[in-house]
Amino acid sequence: MKDIKALLTEHAFFRNLKEKQIETIAGCGKNVHFSKGDVVFRQGEEANAFYIVKKGAVSIEVDGAERGTIIIQTVEAGDILGWSWLIPPHEWRFTANAVEETSAVALDGRCLRGKCGGDDALAHTLLEKFAGVLAQRLEKTRMQLLDVYGK
Amino acid sequence: MIPQQFRIQKLKSETYDTFTMELVSEKKKDGFSFLPGQFNMLYVFGVGEVPISISGDPTKQENLMHTIRDVGSVTGALRKLEEGDSVGVRGPFGSAWPVEAAEGKDVVIVTGGIGLAPLRPAFYHILANRKKYGKVAILYGARTPEDILYPEDLQEWRSKFDLQVRVTVDRAGKDWHGTVGVVPSLISKVRFDPKNTLAMVCGPEIMMRFTVQELEKCGLMTEQIYVSMERNMKCAIGFCGHCQYGPKFICKDGPVFRFDEIEELFAVREV
Amino acid sequence: MQIIERENLTALFESLKKHGYEIVGPTVRDEVVIYDTLNAVEDLPKGWTDEQEKGIYRLKKRDDEALFGYVLSPHTWKKFLYPPKVKLWEAKRQEKSFTITEPQGDGPKYAFLGVRACELAAIAMQDKIFLEGAHIDPIYKERREKSLIIAVNCGQAAKTCFCPSMNSGPKVTSGFDLALTEVCTPYHHYFVVETGTAKGKDVLKDLSLHPAEESAKESARQVVKNAEDQIERTLKTEGLKENLQANAEHPRWNDVADRCLSCANCTMVCPTCFCSTVEDVTDLTGDHAERWRLWDSCFTMDFSHIHGGNIRSSTKGRYRQWMTHKLASWVDQFGVSGCTGCGRCITWCPVGIDITEEVAVIQKQE
Repeated sequence: MKDIKALLTEHAFFRNLKEKQIETIAGCGKNVHFSKGDVVFRQGEEANAFYIVKKGAVSIEVDGAERGTIIIQTVEAGDILGWSWLIPPHEWRFTANAVEETSAVALDGRCLRGKCGGDDALAHTLLEKFAGVLAQRLEKTRMQLLDVYGK
Repeated sequence: MIPQQFRIQKLKSETYDTFTMELVSEKKKDGFSFLPGQFNMLYVFGVGEVPISISGDPTKQENLMHTIRDVGSVTGALRKLEEGDSVGVRGPFGSAWPVEAAEGKDVVIVTGGIGLAPLRPAFYHILANRKKYGKVAILYGARTPEDILYPEDLQEWRSKFDLQVRVTVDRAGKDWHGTVGVVPSLISKVRFDPKNTLAMVCGPEIMMRFTVQELEKCGLMTEQIYVSMERNMKCAIGFCGHCQYGPKFICKDGPVFRFDEIEELFAVREV
Repeated sequence: MQIIERENLTALFESLKKHGYEIVGPTVRDEVVIYDTLNAVEDLPKGWTDEQEKGIYRLKKRDDEALFGYVLSPHTWKKFLYPPKVKLWEAKRQEKSFTITEPQGDGPKYAFLGVRACELAAIAMQDKIFLEGAHIDPIYKERREKSLIIAVNCGQAAKTCFCPSMNSGPKVTSGFDLALTEVCTPYHHYFVVETGTAKGKDVLKDLSLHPAEESAKESARQVVKNAEDQIERTLKTEGLKENLQANAEHPRWNDVADRCLSCANCTMVCPTCFCSTVEDVTDLTGDHAERWRLWDSCFTMDFSHIHGGNIRSSTKGRYRQWMTHKLASWVDQFGVSGCTGCGRCITWCPVGIDITEEVAVIQKQE
């Protein structure tokens, strides 16, 4: 537990959070490990966590049917993985696959939602942080869509 | 200035639309001297001329190397040439990457698409003088795994313990084991000291825009960032007016600019 | 200063020819004064003057027989020094290679007759571009060095003139081999001649000249003063470079883009615009290739083409490029403004866009 709190404290995502808040969040965390090829979460399943990747890499994929599996993004050490836990219907929109040996801290969504229920300040802070992650992700997705290297 | 005849010594297909030609002078025997980042005007007999950056090793000047993407009439005509055919060469023209100013510093090279070609000479130079530089990172973004330029070079550089080499693609299937995402995202994944770093950036303008933003977010000042610009070019010696970029001529003031010199222009559309 | 009588002008023509010059100067054709080869004094636009305004040019009869009684031709001397179409080299295929040959030193030897002060300024600007940089244009250099410049002071101004604003006229002060001032009264028609160079002096050698007395000099001064007094338009140059460069998004660019036809007339008549393109051609056998250089204009769409599209795809972008280059970035590039105040771009704009007016609007809102 202690090392999770320490990790969160150092992580850019949790910058400016109060120690108390970090402690609360850390209370919902546990260390997880994925072997290469393991599914971290699967599209359509209930989304009940987000991950702070400590080591390794995870690909976010979508099933393109006749086009096969398409990797839309790779998430690596230091990155945040997963936002579906926060937004109803709390269901994974994509599939995540460990492409290498991967270690992460999984933060339990139900636990966090529960704690946010009684703590507006925490809820607000987390939403703000995730809004930042989403905005960045959107910006980069737009750049991908621009197909800047195309003719 | 009239073109000098060079013979195509060797042709190599890089990707489905990109190829590299090695040229040797038909007259001069002493090779071709250039600075990393400079370009030549390549002439195809009767078809026309096109500016192409030099992509070979500046320390090996026997052969002149150009990597060309087939995107227009002249590049299309270049692609149809065979080994033993001749092309006209005028050059080298333009400004260079700051490989000397970067000595004693960390170097972050960020490239996208064919933009790797104009930076390869700078990277060769750094490799040949590795001890003079601090941490060195080369980040490369391509459209798909099939579009990746110089895969053998990237593989070799990746195997070196003192280089940080990262490649990412915009989209990939399951058989791609590398990174998917845009190249600016890689900047935060490599180690460098933002206070003592020079960044060299080459790629489409949109990619360079996002890259500069990300470098600034990581703590670099615009004086620490160099970019290579592209505009239409006819004469390459400042006469034809085509390559003007505000008060600059890309052909003689550029193509490599320290970003703070052009920052204001870069923000304006249709300059 | 000396005087050539009007009736002795033929002797100047003869002397120029004797010195091997092809005389180029004003002559009337298709209801305009153009610059072309002159065979005799009779080719000059005797008794003609021009009326110019935004989008307007008319030739009118004068009530005297002045030979240089017009203001400015739509032609400029760059037509001769930097030809609109010129062969740069030719190549012959030889098995898998080719050989290239350049045309050598056979350019014409011109005597330019009737060069106005603003046009001297324009030639000086083009000298900076083609002769004073890291690279020298051999075609321009050869023609420029061989040529003889006979300036003629303006005795009248057009409504479109604003050379004093650009510090380039109306009085001829430098850059000439010979400078003439035409004095045409009902009683006496003569030219006051000022010699600028030894080359100029040389062609006067065999002419019958007599020294200009003070009254003639005063008459000559009055001629230029008359032109000066007629100039109405102004362009404020103070702070202009910074002003334009800081106003890339000024709403006026949209406004002018609505009127501008992107026809490129302004760049064709401008005495300093120097943009060019090249054309590579082959004959039918494909064994003989040539490269030609042609005047180009930043108003054409493909001027800024790079693979994937055109950088300046809007008229706004193109007009802004032209004007900010002319009046602002030119200063960065060559140390002087690219405008001489000749007003041709105002006269020859089919929709009457006036550069001085556009500048004033952008300056006002600053």
